[in-house]
Amino acid sequence: MRIYLNEQPIEVPADISLFDLRQQRRPDADLLIINGHPAKQDQPLQEDDRVVLIQRGQQPRPDELDALLRARHTPGVHDKIKQSCVGIAGVGGLGSAIAVALTRIGIGKLVIVDYDLVEPSNLNRQQYFIDQIGLPKVTALQENLQRINPGVEIEAHQVKVTPDNICELFGQVDVLAEAFDAAEEKAMLTGNFLSKIADKPLVAGSGMAGYEPSNSIQTERLSDRLILCGDGTTAAEPGRGLMAPRVGIAAHHQANAILRLLLGEKPE
Amino acid sequence: MQLKINGQNREFDHQLSISGLLQQLQLAPERVVIELNTKILTAEAHETLLNDGDTLEIIQFVGGG
Repeated sequence: MRIYLNEQPIEVPADISLFDLRQQRRPDADLLIINGHPAKQDQPLQEDDRVVLIQRGQQPRPDELDALLRARHTPGVHDKIKQSCVGIAGVGGLGSAIAVALTRIGIGKLVIVDYDLVEPSNLNRQQYFIDQIGLPKVTALQENLQRINPGVEIEAHQVKVTPDNICELFGQVDVLAEAFDAAEEKAMLTGNFLSKIADKPLVAGSGMAGYEPSNSIQTERLSDRLILCGDGTTAAEPGRGLMAPRVGIAAHHQANAILRLLLGEKPE
Repeated sequence: MQLKINGQNREFDHQLSISGLLQQLQLAPERVVIELNTKILTAEAHETLLNDGDTLEIIQFVGGG
């Protein structure tokens, strides 16, 4: 009969038990999960059962992690994601969350660019830890992303993005995420990337401050190459700060728009 | 001069450059991206003179990220 072991379909004898399976496949496993529930005792297995055998403290090998993602996402989708390279300009509230989302789904390569350091006030929304205060954001983010999925290739640059280095930094990417904080930087990047790099799309974020309704954040396709995520109006200003929930919503609009572009869909 | 701006037809008394238009619309030039007749421009092109019948998309950014 067929069961799934760590997301992979395998053929096993019909009379096999959970402990038999562990003995054969992963005798050191000390956590046995069957159909989503931890199992303490031996039990017979049935067709299409999903078994996960874990040895605590033991990380999956890169090929095992890859197989898990392949099974979750289907091979066609997984291969496209894995072959893709995404640039992220700015790794603050938007960029760090976009990077985490794309790393979790097994993106092939990320080019992350930011000149800034992690500051205490960043921690209300950015994907850093308190012990990373003072580190360059790209260094801290690279560490965090590698802890999520070491199979993702990360190219990190601690530089300021200018009209002169955009082509050099982002010439190779399939899609660029605009994830800066200042409106002037957003406009500079968008204008220069779209006019200097011939055929690659850019997904920008504009308008996600405060705690206005979640549903006012939208993804809008302004042209084949320019997708805008946000509400378009709520700027960060005194009395209306940037906060994790709404910045996260906008960031994930961006991440999903990027994913849709990579998979050949037209975002919205 | 007639321009189509973000889908709407607008009439102007005389020929304008892009920066002249932005001034008239009270938009900060460093916070917008201009698409002129489907071509995205960089800030250096803001002195370009506009012609009757041009189509513009003006994308305004607000701060935060």
